[in-house]
Amino acid sequence: MNYPESYFYTKEHEWVSVSGEIATIGITDHAQHELGDIVYVDLPKAGSHVDKGRTFGSVESVKAVSDIYSPVTGEVVEANEMLADKPQELNADPHETAWLIKVKLEGDNDLSGLMNAADYSAYAGAEG
Amino acid sequence: MTTVGLLQTPLNATHRAHGAKMVDFGGWDMPVQYSGLVDEHHTVRKAVGLFDVSHMGEIEIRGREALRATSFITTNNTAGLKDGQVHYSGLLYDHGGFVDDILVHRVSATDFFLCVNAGNQEKDFEHIRAAVASFDCEAEYASPKYAQIAIQGPLALATAQPLTETLLAPIRYYWFVDGTFAGVPARIARTGYTGEDGFEIYVAPENAASVWAAIMASGAPHGIKPCGLGARNTLRLEAAMALYGHEIGASISPLEAGLNWIVKFDKGDFIGRDALLRQRETGLTRKLAGFEMKGRGIGRDGYEVHIEGAPVGWVTSGSPSPTQNRNIGLCYVPSDRAAVGQKIEVIVRNQPVEAELVPTPFYKRPQ
Repeated sequence: MNYPESYFYTKEHEWVSVSGEIATIGITDHAQHELGDIVYVDLPKAGSHVDKGRTFGSVESVKAVSDIYSPVTGEVVEANEMLADKPQELNADPHETAWLIKVKLEGDNDLSGLMNAADYSAYAGAEG
Repeated sequence: MTTVGLLQTPLNATHRAHGAKMVDFGGWDMPVQYSGLVDEHHTVRKAVGLFDVSHMGEIEIRGREALRATSFITTNNTAGLKDGQVHYSGLLYDHGGFVDDILVHRVSATDFFLCVNAGNQEKDFEHIRAAVASFDCEAEYASPKYAQIAIQGPLALATAQPLTETLLAPIRYYWFVDGTFAGVPARIARTGYTGEDGFEIYVAPENAASVWAAIMASGAPHGIKPCGLGARNTLRLEAAMALYGHEIGASISPLEAGLNWIVKFDKGDFIGRDALLRQRETGLTRKLAGFEMKGRGIGRDGYEVHIEGAPVGWVTSGSPSPTQNRNIGLCYVPSDRAAVGQKIEVIVRNQPVEAELVPTPFYKRPQ
C-alpha cells in the first residue's frame, strides 16, 4: 500500500494532512480494507467542534460500525458531502477524494505523537 | 472450552494461502471474507460460493432407543423422519429456552446425526449425554471426525455433480445420502444456511483440503468463489434464518422466535414441552419480527427498539441487504405490536431512526 509521505497517521488508522491552519482528515487505505464494503459515513456538520483523541463520526460497513477519532482540535469548516451519496468512494480512494472533514486548527496541535508514512506502513502491515 | 490460542479447521492453511481475511469467531480462527463480503454474497445468490463450516459440531446418537432418545431431547417430529431425511429442530432446556438449534439427520432408526453450532457443541454434548442416559443408546461427541464444506447457490448442483457418482438432482431439499465425493467417503446433504439451493458435505478432516480444491476446480467454469462468514451472515439474515446468540438463546423460546413449526406438541414428551405449553396458554409477551429501516441508518445487533418513544425491544441482527438494497433486520417487540406495518424506531448511536415491521423472509429464491 502506498501512504502519502506528507501525511501523518494515527494508531486508529486515520490520516491528517496539514496545510496552513487547515487540517484534512481521512481514514487510511488499511482502514477501509479492514472495514470492507462501506455503506454509510456519519460526519459532523461545518461549524461543530472536534477534539484531539475524541470520536467525531463513524464509518459503517456491511458488517460493522467503526468510530473515527480526530487527530487534532479545531472547528469543522467542511465535511465531504460526496460521501453521503457515494460512501463506497471511501473504499476506492481513501487518501485523496474521499477525505472526511477539514478542520480549522485551534490551540496546541502538536503532531509529533503521530506516525509518518514509513512507520505507519510498518504498523499497519504488522497488524495484518 | 479451555484452549490456548484459537481453534483451527482443517482448511486453515488453505484459507491463509488464498488470501482470506481471518478473524477470531467465537474462539475459532475463521475466514470472515475473501474477495469481499458483498461480492461473495452476490456470487452465492447468482452463481455458487464455497464455505468452510468445519467449526460446526457433530453429535451422533446410536443404539436401540436412538429414535426415542432423539425425539425426547428435540422439539420437532423425529418419528416422522425417514432414513436419509433431515430436519431443523430445537434442543431446549426444561424452562423452554434454547440450548441450541440443530439439524437432525436420520441415518437409520438406530443412528441419528446431529449438526450443532460451533460455540455450543461441548455444552450440547453434556446436555445430550445427561438427557439420553436413561435410554438404551449412546451419544458420541463426533466433531473431531468431520470437516464440513458448504456449496451454496443456483450453480451448486452443476458444481457438485461432476465430483460424485451419486445422482444429486433427485436428492430433495433437506435429504442426504452417504456416498463418495471427490474421491473420498462423504455425507452429502442438500441443506444450507443461505436461502439458496446447495449442499453441505461432511468428510474426514484429513480429506478436507483435497475436497475443497476439487470443488474450486469443478466450480471454476461456474464462477465459484470461496466465501467467508461475513457473507454467510448477510445471506442467512436475508433468508430470516435464526442465529444462536441473536434471534435465539437460553432465555428465548421457539414460540417467541416464530419457530412454532419445529415444535410438535402432539409427538409425546420432550424436554421443554411443559414450559412451552404454559407459554402457549398464557400467551407470548414478545415476538420476533422483521424490520426495514425507513430513515438513514442501520439497526445493528443489540440496538434498542422504541415505539412512540418508549423502549420496547431490541435488534437481534441487522445489516444492509446486498440483494435488495435496503437495510433490514430482526428484532423482538411486544407481541401485540408485532404486526407487519407497525412503525418502530431503532436507536442508532443515540438517535431514533424510523423503521417499520415487514414480512419475512426478506429474500426468497426464485423457484
